[in-house]
Amino acid sequence: MAQDDNGGTEITPAASSAVDHRPGDAGTAVIVQDAVENPGFPPHRARITDKDPRKQRRAERTIYTLFYLSIVGSIWAIAAYIAFPIESGKISDLRISTLAIGLGMTLALLAIGFGAVHWAKALMVDKEGIDIRHPVQGTDETRERAVEIFQEADAESGFGRRTLIRNSLIGALVAFPLPAIVLFRGLGPMNEDPVKLLSHTMWKKGMRLTRDPSGTPIRASDVTLGSVFHVIPEGLNDKEDALDQKAKAAVLLMRLEPKDLHPSPDRKSWAYDGIVAYSKICTHVGCPVALYEQQTHHLLCPCHQSQFDITHEARVIFGPANRPLPQLPIEVDADGYLVAQSDFHEPVGPSFWERH
Amino acid sequence: MTATTAAETTAKKRSFTAAASNYIDERTSISGVVKEFGRKIFPDHWSFLLGEIALYSFIVILITGTFLTFFFQASQAEVIYHGSWVPLKGIQMSAAMNSTLNISFDIRGGLLVRQIHHWAALLFVASIGLHMLRIFFTGAFRKPRELNWVIGFTLFVLAMAEGFTGYSLPDDLLSGNGLRIIDGLIKGIPVVGTWISFLLFGGEFPGTAIVGRLYTLHILLLPALVVAFIALHLVFVVVHKHTQYAGPGRTQQNVSGFPILPVYAAKAGGFFFIVFGVVALMASLFTINPIWLYGPYDPSPVSAGTQPDWYIGFADGMLRLIPPHWEFVWLDRTWSWNIIVPVLILVVFLVVVAIYPFVEAWVTGDKREHHILDRPRNQATRTAIGAAGVTFYGTMWAAASSDLIATHFKLTMEGVIHTLQFTLILGPIVAYFITKRICIALQKKDRSVALHGYESGRIVKLPGGEFIEVHEQLDEYERWRLVSYDTYQPLMLRPNSRGKITFVNRLRAGMSRWLFEDRLEPITKGEIESGHGHH
Ligand code: FES
Repeated sequence: MAQDDNGGTEITPAASSAVDHRPGDAGTAVIVQDAVENPGFPPHRARITDKDPRKQRRAERTIYTLFYLSIVGSIWAIAAYIAFPIESGKISDLRISTLAIGLGMTLALLAIGFGAVHWAKALMVDKEGIDIRHPVQGTDETRERAVEIFQEADAESGFGRRTLIRNSLIGALVAFPLPAIVLFRGLGPMNEDPVKLLSHTMWKKGMRLTRDPSGTPIRASDVTLGSVFHVIPEGLNDKEDALDQKAKAAVLLMRLEPKDLHPSPDRKSWAYDGIVAYSKICTHVGCPVALYEQQTHHLLCPCHQSQFDITHEARVIFGPANRPLPQLPIEVDADGYLVAQSDFHEPVGPSFWERH
Repeated sequence: MTATTAAETTAKKRSFTAAASNYIDERTSISGVVKEFGRKIFPDHWSFLLGEIALYSFIVILITGTFLTFFFQASQAEVIYHGSWVPLKGIQMSAAMNSTLNISFDIRGGLLVRQIHHWAALLFVASIGLHMLRIFFTGAFRKPRELNWVIGFTLFVLAMAEGFTGYSLPDDLLSGNGLRIIDGLIKGIPVVGTWISFLLFGGEFPGTAIVGRLYTLHILLLPALVVAFIALHLVFVVVHKHTQYAGPGRTQQNVSGFPILPVYAAKAGGFFFIVFGVVALMASLFTINPIWLYGPYDPSPVSAGTQPDWYIGFADGMLRLIPPHWEFVWLDRTWSWNIIVPVLILVVFLVVVAIYPFVEAWVTGDKREHHILDRPRNQATRTAIGAAGVTFYGTMWAAASSDLIATHFKLTMEGVIHTLQFTLILGPIVAYFITKRICIALQKKDRSVALHGYESGRIVKLPGGEFIEVHEQLDEYERWRLVSYDTYQPLMLRPNSRGKITFVNRLRAGMSRWLFEDRLEPITKGEIESGHGHH
């Protein structure tokens, strides 16, 4: 560390200071021969509090008043803690308590802050000082000695000479953290394969489509033209890992005029009387695609504005997503309830490397 | 005290403070530290406070965060909410959400502390960002401070990581959605993405492990790193001594300002309380992150128009700016360019920020130490590069609110996105040229003021009947501020010893020309003297 000569001494005009003493190559810097000279420090100007004793006393009064005010603020905050209960559960009570305690603390803090700064600015001696800078690097002597020490250490240990020892040590040092990295495999369950998990959902043949979150089944006749249902598979709420399953299996159900739908030949039977079901999980990075525009039959993902056209098998018409939302093939069971024909025919949600 | 020995007599004369100091020094040798640092000089300027704000908001975060840990439960075990907030009574949620609600509704002052913590975190990242801009535009990153720039940059990244992990802890609807986006992003990374996501979440998303894991990062690993890097950062500030703006008497070999004891300590200490007080005021007046309105995480519902914390905006916005269908299957694998490209852009942007000091040092070849700060106008190209960077960042950030912009100004979503895509590419270029022109114009103005004085606004009639405006000369102190700065010449391309011009040299010369082609010659003493002669 560079040490300070002259630490905090008073300023003297630096006559020769315009000359650049910095060591080192100036590179492409322009060195001006006839450079303007540094005029040195301007004369010190006294503050009003230095000249006028009345102003000085006033500053003093302001400062200690602020510090006393801070104490008032602290007491106020404590009193507010006691005086304003929040246990009623009413949001208005909570607001009052938060505000009252908070304002007390604010006063306590700001008054200390402003008081201290004002003290420094108005009353403390305001003569500026200078420290002299030295190059950050050590002195030549220090640097030489440092090199010498390394050389001595090398000679004494034979680090450079005994290459076999050195290299085997480096090898060992590279290898020893590897087990720690392997241990991190345990972050995920051992007997599971993520690719398999991502490739299917809990939907299967005959499983009823039910309302999210109540879990009541939906009759085809409930789904009126233009309506949208947020759907979960039957029995999802009883699952141990309900959230994990829901994160893949959530579905949007809507009814359009059958003539508005343009299914490809192999998907003709996936809808029921204009009722279609699509995965609700965005194929971009997985937000729920929850906004349905009735007139245009577009689904909008609120996260990054991908838009999917339901009339054309949920193809992407705008935004960063690439793939259409996967469609869930549906039919009606004997009791008139909507059920799945099968699981989705492809993985739902965001893309992943192994997907194809 | 009747019987006293000689030693006690001297001791008795001492005050309590002296005795205590003596006690401590005899056991710590602390007097050396006081001697070394007590009168150390710190220069004064408002822009030097930005880093202080960052430091102080971090201390506020540590204090309030510790309080919060006493109540928060980092567990995703399902519980039924029985707290005071009626609308959520009887609802199933994770213990994390439950305990966060309890902090807000059932612990007096808990909501206040939570809000101080959150506001301070927002301020922490913001002040680091502004501090970095100050460092950049004034050239404070030049030798010997390049490494400290990198340390500061690391702190910026760590601060964002702290912010994001903290945002995810309450396990409310918004934080869960944020995690879902992260999960989707990770899955899009080639080769390792699927497995990283699987390991991070301990199985499938959302799983039951992530909150606990992020909690460990948030309160243990990341803060330890932040503290370590802040310590290192400050050690270097002491080693280098603080930079100063050009001014009369100030040189590359001195630093002028106020000593730590007492003035700087009072100002900086006071400023800590001001920062803390302002954050407390914001927390008392403005609700932040009202999780009780969002409800617990559920993968199905989402509300439109919700925003991430501000510092994540640039990443979220970049995702939105990718056009459709940037993804294909090749070699039986999915290549999600709609994820890879934005991630790469962000990484490259951050890397450029991190290495800029080294690039500039290489181009100028200047090996001297720089302790006097540049005025941004005097380094026109650097300032223009900075303006371009700010525009680029700002566009990404604005894109994160594309839906709000569209609804608020009654525009189409597509129109807003297309405009921003356009701005992302053209905006920085335009900003670059405009900034550069402005800087050079300001340089010209400075030059003319230094040489010919400024217009005093006083009109006088000459004996010949002609009117002139009187130019007032600057005094030498004011003039010094205008004329003392470093300039560089473009590098001349010369063949090396073997008569070859290498590619690296060509590159360096090219960059040097780009950086320093447009410049004004520095003012000389002779010019000033003859300048006076003209009047
Ligand atoms: S998650 Fe739907 S657009 Fe990004």
